Amino acid sequence: MRKGESLAGWLLTLPAAIAFLLLLLLPTLAAVTLAFTDYELGEWPPHWIGLENFTEMWTDRGFLTSFRNTVVYVAIVAPVSVLGGLGLALLIESAARGRAFFRAVFFLPVVSLTVAMAAAWQYLLHPTIGPVNAVLRSLGIAGPAWLSSSDTVLLSLAFIGVWEAVGFNMVLFMAGLTAIPKELREAAAVDGAQTAWDRFRLVTWPLLGPTTLFVVTISLIRSVRVFDTVAVLTRGGPNKASEVLLYTMYTEGFTYLRLGYSAAITLVFLVIVLGLMLLQTRVLDRRVHYG
Amino acid sequence: MKSFGPTPVLRDVTLEVAPGEFVALVGPSGCGKTTLMRIVAGIETPDAGQVRIGERDVTRAHPGARDVAMVFQSYALYPHLTVAQNIAVPLLMRRLSLAQRLPLLGGLMPGSRAARRIMAEDVARIAAPLGLSHLLDRRPGQLSGGQRQRVALARAVVRKPSVFLLDEPLSNLDAALRVATRREIVDIHRRTGAATLYVTHDQTEALTMADRVAVMQGGQLLQLGTPSEVYENPADLRVATFIGSPKMNVLSAELGEDGEVRLQGIGTGLHSATRGPVSLGVRPEHWHLGGPWQAQVVEVEYLGEAALLHARLGDETVVVRAAPSSTAPAGSLVPLGFQGGLIFAADGRRLPLHEVAHAQG
Amino acid sequence: MGSAIRLGMLSALGLFVLLPYIWMLSASLKPTDEIFRASLTLIPETFAAAENFGRVFARVPVLDYLVNGVIVCAGILVFQLLFAVPAGYALAKLRFAGREFVFGAVMLGLLVPPHVPALPLYAGLSAVGWLNSFGALIVPSTISVFAIFLFRQFFKSLPDELIHAARIDGMSELSIVWRVILPNAWPAATAFAIFSVVAHWNDLFWPLIVVTGHERATPALGVLYFRTEEAGDDFGALMAACTIMTAPLILAFLVAQRRFVEGIATTGLKG
Repeated sequence: MRKGESLAGWLLTLPAAIAFLLLLLLPTLAAVTLAFTDYELGEWPPHWIGLENFTEMWTDRGFLTSFRNTVVYVAIVAPVSVLGGLGLALLIESAARGRAFFRAVFFLPVVSLTVAMAAAWQYLLHPTIGPVNAVLRSLGIAGPAWLSSSDTVLLSLAFIGVWEAVGFNMVLFMAGLTAIPKELREAAAVDGAQTAWDRFRLVTWPLLGPTTLFVVTISLIRSVRVFDTVAVLTRGGPNKASEVLLYTMYTEGFTYLRLGYSAAITLVFLVIVLGLMLLQTRVLDRRVHYG
Repeated sequence: MKSFGPTPVLRDVTLEVAPGEFVALVGPSGCGKTTLMRIVAGIETPDAGQVRIGERDVTRAHPGARDVAMVFQSYALYPHLTVAQNIAVPLLMRRLSLAQRLPLLGGLMPGSRAARRIMAEDVARIAAPLGLSHLLDRRPGQLSGGQRQRVALARAVVRKPSVFLLDEPLSNLDAALRVATRREIVDIHRRTGAATLYVTHDQTEALTMADRVAVMQGGQLLQLGTPSEVYENPADLRVATFIGSPKMNVLSAELGEDGEVRLQGIGTGLHSATRGPVSLGVRPEHWHLGGPWQAQVVEVEYLGEAALLHARLGDETVVVRAAPSSTAPAGSLVPLGFQGGLIFAADGRRLPLHEVAHAQG
Repeated sequence: MGSAIRLGMLSALGLFVLLPYIWMLSASLKPTDEIFRASLTLIPETFAAAENFGRVFARVPVLDYLVNGVIVCAGILVFQLLFAVPAGYALAKLRFAGREFVFGAVMLGLLVPPHVPALPLYAGLSAVGWLNSFGALIVPSTISVFAIFLFRQFFKSLPDELIHAARIDGMSELSIVWRVILPNAWPAATAFAIFSVVAHWNDLFWPLIVVTGHERATPALGVLYFRTEEAGDDFGALMAACTIMTAPLILAFLVAQRRFVEGIATTGLKG
């Protein structure tokens, strides 16, 4: 029986293992290696250039703008969507009715075609024919060209990003909230926690710890991956004001065909994501799980 | 002193607890005892009726404003706080204002530090007799079940409540620990002097710990009395069968024209004014070997200090508590008699007995 | 907080979240001149639904896109399950040499975002001339380490006794998988299916890379094409196209709401 079990184990994992090798491991290693070459599509063989791609990145104003934009985007979208998700989850959980309805409403952006909704936002935010500016006009304010002015474009994209992400976080927080034992809330009430703030501090927030950490990490990673809205709405413009990491990686690789350089950007991206996940494990082990 | 009224799960329940009294709410699961306690605590509101604590009507008051303390069945300790912090929570909520409780800034508020120092002393004072002094810095996740329960107890009594509520606190402990903890809880009750309501499904706990026992079933309060009252003088068949272990034997009997109760046609010496079919209740220890009834032994359970004989008397089985030496083999016939039987009407009501010329039972 | 205030806040925020949908629908029903008038009325004065949607269906191979989307998502899901369910079970319940190593590889794989292997995969597919095909769209996503991880966690919670009893009854390892494991994998499979379909229906990045032209375009790519080709003038038709492309998933969501939310929540919390 032991041998049968071993054999079965190998056979069952074999397809996945082969796929893993061919579709994940090898390409990833290739990508990491390519980052140190000057590979351009069509030019074979590529040459090893060491850290040249990275030094180019440091001095390339376009890349630095892209990096900075991504940081700003994440710095806006992650905290706002996390707090928004938490707020919505708290509001909905404590409401007596309509829970399923509101949950559906706020979750809708998550299941909608991102590209399509981005186009819808483009209409909404259109400087001349969009409803948003029409409302502002009726109030006597001249609304800016949200998506075509370099001052407001990143903000507008961040706003759309929050709109897309908040429902997802809300659902995760709601799952975390229902996991809080009812008796604990009751004990808090008997102990004298009469206001909502007291209850939040004594029971809700501490017991949401693991969930919050998870949501924060997920939000950071998902917002770093921003691509769709940029590709559809601004293509990095105007003047690279909305250029983000993944979009730069895409254009370098597939518009300019500089796969080596693009791979180097991918490597930077990978390091950032790994760093965020490492942060999560560190904090997780220490503070968030009790006993 | 507290009293309360009806709800759908509970029907017309009125209960008064005197100051310093220990009342056990006992009954099978689903009888409404926990609901009743939660109404007193304020975690649930009654559809009709009142809850009064002392002179105050607290029916609509928030639990935290009622001066009650509660020990939950699952202990409900805050997992992220240390034992000391857990115990201090009720003090924190009541003695510090909102400003003083703020994170970081709260410590800077005037009076905050002095108040916290006093709280720490109170915590230490409560923790010592419960054996928690060396555990004050641990988290609940690091404690055993028994230790967690003591922390729950400490948290409940630390601010000297006027009402002390316990919801099946012993049910999560193993059997050996239960007996020891029973006495401890009674001690704590005496020391706090609070009116205590104790919910349990274990009638032994109720009988051994309480000043008065409230027997509940199906949302109704069947009887409220001292342990000896509910044991010896049950008002209802349901009370009689719930209290006492092994259960009281309930046999069908008839009342003859002369008012004497007959079991299997043989007179029992008990007389009552009612007519018709009745139930005869005899506790296992009130049967004795030797008497007018013949029963066939089905099984003998040896307990050490006694033996339980299961015997067929006509169509019904009786459980007789006898001396360990009087074991009779299965299948043999034994003569049985009893004293101290109780009569119940068809609807379960206990019927009064008439004193007649003393008859041999 | 009063429940009226709470309801009010939720309604206001809800309305805000729904704004794009409302306006998208409204614009898809209006004729171009009305759109350009930038009025704030939602109900169109002239009903131009037929024209807008008509133009979309005439100029855009909508059905092709939708069908492609279904084929790609279904294809990916089928292979993901095919690879992940047996592997997840083996990692959870069977003992074999190298098991910890494989699981370690799975965990490492979880750290790597899908964009990282994209470039070399593209280069590889290009080299074998496989670009612009269903294969290129489906194959790279068939290995989902997340799925393997999820199923392993799920199967770990199945009682061992189930499998022991089956072995004692004389079942071979393979028939245990077929008769005991697969039927029991249903809850995790549906949760994952929802997660996978939503993710791949929405994906723009990979189709953008491997597909050129309209023949193999997925809905996401189709919208992008329409948007760029229109140069932003025919908003009515654009909004109509968006409505059509995003409708399937929304409808599916509204029908199976609880499943969706539970699926995303459980996969999220376990991952």
